[in-house]
Amino acid sequence: MSVVAHNLSWGVKRKTIVSDVSLTVGPGETLGLIGPNGSGKSSLLRLLAGLRRPASGRVEINEQDIAQVPRKALSRQVAFVQQSAETDTNVAVADVVRLGRTPHRSALSGWSEADETAVRGALARVDMTSRSAQAWQTLSGGERQRVHIARALAQVPQVMFLDEPTNHLDIHHQIEILRMVRDLDLTSVIALHDLNLAAMFCDRIVVLQEGSVCACGTPQAVLTRDILHDVFRVTAQIEGSADAGRPHIRYSAG
Amino acid sequence: MSIGVIDREIVRLGLLTLVSATVLAFAVAFATAIGDYTISLGTVSLAIGNGLGLTAAELPPIEESVVWDLRLSRALVAAFAGAGLALCGAILQALLRNPLAEPFVLGISAGASTGAVCVIILGIGAGSLTLSAGAFAGAFAAFGVVALLSNGATSGPNHTILAGVAASQLFNALTSYIVTTSGNAEQARNVMFWLLGSFGGARWPDVQLLAVVVPLGLVLCVTMARALDAFTFGDEDAAALGVSVGRIRLTLFAVTAVMTATIVSMVGAIGFVGLVVPHAARYLVGPMHMRLLPACAVIGAIFMVTADIVSRVIVAQQTVPIGVVTALVGVPFFAIILYRARPQT
Repeated sequence: MSVVAHNLSWGVKRKTIVSDVSLTVGPGETLGLIGPNGSGKSSLLRLLAGLRRPASGRVEINEQDIAQVPRKALSRQVAFVQQSAETDTNVAVADVVRLGRTPHRSALSGWSEADETAVRGALARVDMTSRSAQAWQTLSGGERQRVHIARALAQVPQVMFLDEPTNHLDIHHQIEILRMVRDLDLTSVIALHDLNLAAMFCDRIVVLQEGSVCACGTPQAVLTRDILHDVFRVTAQIEGSADAGRPHIRYSAG
Repeated sequence: MSIGVIDREIVRLGLLTLVSATVLAFAVAFATAIGDYTISLGTVSLAIGNGLGLTAAELPPIEESVVWDLRLSRALVAAFAGAGLALCGAILQALLRNPLAEPFVLGISAGASTGAVCVIILGIGAGSLTLSAGAFAGAFAAFGVVALLSNGATSGPNHTILAGVAASQLFNALTSYIVTTSGNAEQARNVMFWLLGSFGGARWPDVQLLAVVVPLGLVLCVTMARALDAFTFGDEDAAALGVSVGRIRLTLFAVTAVMTATIVSMVGAIGFVGLVVPHAARYLVGPMHMRLLPACAVIGAIFMVTADIVSRVIVAQQTVPIGVVTALVGVPFFAIILYRARPQT
């Protein structure tokens, strides 16, 4: 399923946060969204997922304007994973993943075979089946993030948006989660801070600067010394790796 | 989940309903039997049968009248009030994502007191406007202030809670101002008694109104139980799960406001039921609202009827204000919640 944004703009008060962004994500593609702090990554992601209404422009998912699609119908196709969403409620892992079935259930309908299959599959996908009865509060940060992704998978979406899913995780879990997302058979857009991880796992990368797209293309085309210098204000060496088209960035301490 | 599991679920649900209905019926029967003038359970059941037109037993008219006209209506008002307040507490704790939220967090009790005081002391609309109507108007005025301050409740839980605190302070100050500047000792005592809550004035018309408002509220809330679950990880997460956050939140705030205002205007601001019962219910049936909300209603009803019995028998020849009894039970529970909610180290 494709995601297309046409001239998206959005802001608060008089400050423009996303300005005139157009982009295309092809079916099954993994798109990375990078940019310095405050460049509008999170906001753009929410506009794409339909969680915020753009001031102008529109988003089409599967050639349908999402502003015309009811909230519930949209969340049967689109899942959104926030960065480290928390709760004080004493819920079990399985309860959290079952929440993913919300858009598929009517107000009073029972729990169906399809619901159970989706939840089981999602738990297995993130390797948390054996933990399904465990309390949320007892999970580590990496496990919580995996459960959030399982919940998104239980929605059986065709498009997944992830806002810095690897925040606060150790490097093993960062790689594990991104590998899992890349290997999923769906279209995904991931906001990321770590440029090397973006280079490793994304098919294409969009670089945001002050709310606008300043570069878009394969990791190799986008992660250049000039862009790193101009946008991220760092000096770095770019090394091509054996893995074709996946550059590796080595920052210089200055 | 196999079909067998679903069947067992239904059996369990049926059993739970049966058990809770029986316990509630016994609580109401005891509440009707016990008092300064104790009546046997047999007489109670016959008197209720007579009142419903099911039996035509010969009973002492005084006993029959005490059971039917005074104590049964009182017990039923207590049951509905307890159910309603506990339900509202559970809803607000979920919507505001705050374990300490309760039905009065939106300033409704403070507003109701101001409205009641206006009628008792200032005599505004006295005659045409009853105490209950005044309290109801006050409650809605306070809710209106909160809704206004929190942009129609769209600007996030903490904002709404702060707006509720501000409105409560404002209306409590107004109440104190009116009492101290215009009231005499007798009126101050009346106000005090009203503020702590009392089922003394509960009669059949009150039962009829509550029998419509509370069950209707329960049904409405249960249809939104799934959406409430989706708020577990916050507003944005609920939206991502397909919930129309603004619409659901405003609807539920309005439903809780109507229920709370109706209850408060009849029996005063009875504290702690709305705070304590949802936590107890969550401990028993878990945090998912499809079970939690009905459980809250049942436990709230039983708790309030029992508290009412205690309030009548704890001191001979005297009724302790119901709010005192619920708070005496509620405060230790509150302490436990605080203790358990301390930061994990």
